[in-house]
Amino acid sequence: MDLTRAKIRDLRSALDEKKISAAELCGEYLKRIGEQDKNLLSYITVTKEKALSDAENAQKLIDAGKATALTGIPLAVKDNICTDGVKTTCSSRMLENFIPPYNATVIEKLNAEGYVLLGKASMDEFAMGGSTQTSAFAKTRNPYDLERVPGGSSGGSAAAVAASLAPAALGSDTGGSIRQPASFCGVTGIKPTYGRVSRYGLVAFASSLDQIGPIANDAHDCAILLNAICGHDRHDATSARVETPDFTAKLGQPIKGMKIALPKEFYSDAIDDCVKKSVMDAAHELEKQGAILVDCSMPGLKYAIPAYYLIACAEAASNLSRFDGIKYGYRGEGRTFGELIVDSRNKGFGEEVKRRILLGNYALSSGYYDAYYKKALALKQEIIKEYSEIFGQCDVILTPTAPTPAYKIGAQDNDPVKMYTADICTVTVNIAGLPGISTTCGYTENGLPIGMSIIGKRFDEQTILQCADAFEQGFSPVAPKL
Amino acid sequence: MSAFYPTMGLEIHAELLTKSKVFCTCSAEFGGTPNSRCCPVCSGMPGTLPVLNQKAVEYIIKAGYVMNCDISRFTKWDRKNYFYPDLPKAYQISQMPRPVCLAGTVKINVKGEEKVIRINRIHLEEDAGKLVHDEVNRISLADYNRCGIPLIEIVTEPDFHSSDEVIAFLEKIKLLLQYAGICDCKMEQGSIRCDVNISIAPKGSDELGTRTELKNLNSLKAIARAIEVEIERQEEVIESGERVIQETRRFNDALGETTAMRSKEDAHDYRYFPDPDIPPIIFTEEELEAIKNSIPELPEQRVERYVNSLGLKKADADIIVGDKRVCDFFDEATKSYDNPKAIANYIVGELTRRINLGEVDMDALKFTGADFARLVELLQTDKVSQSNAKIILGELVENGGSPDKIADEQDLWIKEDNDLLAKVVDEIIANNPKPVEQYKSGDQKVFGFFMGQANKALKGAASPKAIQDYLRKKLSE
Repeated sequence: MDLTRAKIRDLRSALDEKKISAAELCGEYLKRIGEQDKNLLSYITVTKEKALSDAENAQKLIDAGKATALTGIPLAVKDNICTDGVKTTCSSRMLENFIPPYNATVIEKLNAEGYVLLGKASMDEFAMGGSTQTSAFAKTRNPYDLERVPGGSSGGSAAAVAASLAPAALGSDTGGSIRQPASFCGVTGIKPTYGRVSRYGLVAFASSLDQIGPIANDAHDCAILLNAICGHDRHDATSARVETPDFTAKLGQPIKGMKIALPKEFYSDAIDDCVKKSVMDAAHELEKQGAILVDCSMPGLKYAIPAYYLIACAEAASNLSRFDGIKYGYRGEGRTFGELIVDSRNKGFGEEVKRRILLGNYALSSGYYDAYYKKALALKQEIIKEYSEIFGQCDVILTPTAPTPAYKIGAQDNDPVKMYTADICTVTVNIAGLPGISTTCGYTENGLPIGMSIIGKRFDEQTILQCADAFEQGFSPVAPKL
Repeated sequence: MSAFYPTMGLEIHAELLTKSKVFCTCSAEFGGTPNSRCCPVCSGMPGTLPVLNQKAVEYIIKAGYVMNCDISRFTKWDRKNYFYPDLPKAYQISQMPRPVCLAGTVKINVKGEEKVIRINRIHLEEDAGKLVHDEVNRISLADYNRCGIPLIEIVTEPDFHSSDEVIAFLEKIKLLLQYAGICDCKMEQGSIRCDVNISIAPKGSDELGTRTELKNLNSLKAIARAIEVEIERQEEVIESGERVIQETRRFNDALGETTAMRSKEDAHDYRYFPDPDIPPIIFTEEELEAIKNSIPELPEQRVERYVNSLGLKKADADIIVGDKRVCDFFDEATKSYDNPKAIANYIVGELTRRINLGEVDMDALKFTGADFARLVELLQTDKVSQSNAKIILGELVENGGSPDKIADEQDLWIKEDNDLLAKVVDEIIANNPKPVEQYKSGDQKVFGFFMGQANKALKGAASPKAIQDYLRKKLSE
């Protein structure tokens, strides 16, 4: 069976029609991983034995006619989502040997469906970064050009899907960490509305922004995966008590009359011309299908990066304090508690993580709180307000996903501000808690994918999936040559 | 007389009596094998999340009501960030700008005078774990059983000017929290802890002096002693021409002195900010009303009921209400024998005496209120004598059992045996001609002597009334 860009629903029918067994399917993916991941470095841990035994169990369900959407479907899971008995490192020396004794709620849900875990996908250390180059273990490469970054922080998940080393994967998105790597790797990724998916078992970066979501070959597969992982969870007080609709329900419905907003600030000089052109071409494609393009403005966007980095780093500084070398994880040396904690954190964390912890603690310090953190919260309210004004007029918002296509490895290494600024197109969606999906809208002359983002109203994933799917129906993706 | 006037404010931490911890479902019971009562959530494992225990919220609202506080309609939680090995997340979930309760008052009585102490705030937070230092192997071990036990922190205004006021307030708070079912207030187990902020100023001065904070106060006695010692120390500092430094001081009970722990300059910057994992709560009037109505009878109400409805003396009622365990025991006893005065008398006279002597442990009673009530009934209906009742009570305390059975087994009943009574009394009269003469010549005092002799000889086999009647009859012949 040719697994190149194979979709979950194709694999589903192949399994149900007994064209392939769950174990064979799993074996095929493991074989591809064995052959290709040494160049790509998308996985930190490949759970070969567990995968095969998961597949055996799934096959029993399939044979008994009890298969559901994901029974026997192999998936990659980002390495910051806790998996009982399987190392969960967050790409950090700090958690190099950490094996959680519990599953994240999303993993429990996937287990209930009988999915097959292929392995844990690489990422930026503690999800801090947009290149997967801050990983302590696997600096993943872009399948379209191994000299380039796959994006991040869910770069391992996106690269694995793009290279068909998994048909789909779970990522997490705090400021664009699902959408941006999906765009760099030419696949589709959705960040659900804040509260849609339980965060229990997702190692926290910034609790008010983090959300788990799927990365897959198209919007339809994202919808299938989203169906499996959503729902209120009593272990997460921020998970919303809302109905989970069937996210595939609106797929294929015409988008005639759908109002698509194009806020001009997202198409400024900070965005590469090739990206702007590709996204605008896609907009006109949607217009041809009957959508109405609406020009609008989002003046608050200029505050988005400082507001985002203040909130995210402040929460991260506190969230990452628990890594002190006392209970689990990397333990340094020292004669006193203080020395032990300092040494553990000094050696356990990488540079980018330390930079953000310092930034966050600075913003929360007495005397600076009002000037930084409090102001950032005010900006958050302003951004929410501007989004709700736009959504008063329109159904969805269309923006580029990133200012540029995938860049060369090392290009942003010495310029954190430039690296942070590159998140301009994605962070406001997290600040406002909205759902956003990125799908491929074109390729550069060099064949690098370009992504566009469709942003929806709170809890209206159905409409952005419908819109992304409508575009994908008339678009032919190009798989990378490996 | 000292030239200085002390001023104090208190910070009291009380553990709530919820079954489970404040952010997970682990047991909140005291003790346990180290690290047997913790889970991924309260031990701060990566990816885990706190979920607020609604019962704990209910309890702090009750605490607010019993201390006459304003209950915030909007309340939220904050993170207090600091590193210490007993704090697994390296932040404590607490409340900073929006506590559940604000601005309350508590009345106390000091040497017959009533005084009102103002409460500044009460907030809900989680307890930390415990470190055990093994000096021999030179290692420290962490026990996380206590992590996440719900705590309320009660902060008073600086309204205290003597250790007597502080002790009276703590005793009052203890009773209020116990009767409201909020905290068991066992100081020795640390379920209630108190830090004292203390300063002195020249008498007549409007300004407060520089304060120190006293920690490690493990009993009411220690608190009173620490306050005295610290006032003396501050007086000496000022009199020697120096200044009191704002700092935290640790009380050493054995040495009876306070020593500096850390100064204001070393104080942590806790970097408080709103906890993004716990959504704020907005209370409705109905919710608050329902919680208010569920508060059980409080100490003052009980005293009032005992005096007004049951006819107890105020002093007796105060003694009974002064210990909730005794008070609940009294209520239980009156349910099975409707003679509250007699039960109260026997509790105040016999039971509390034995409690004070350390003979009776109210936390480990071997008999019920009903057993005790039956004993009082036997006494009241002349089925057993006073002295035999004491023997029965002793047996109940030691081994438990039923009073009737104990009286059977040890032959402690009044027998109403007239022949025996006549025989014993006649013999006493015959052997004591002199007192008989005295009695007959009008000396009524010697009657007591005959009663004593008869009681001794009869060993409770006859009722005092029967003895009295027979004696009077015989002596008048």
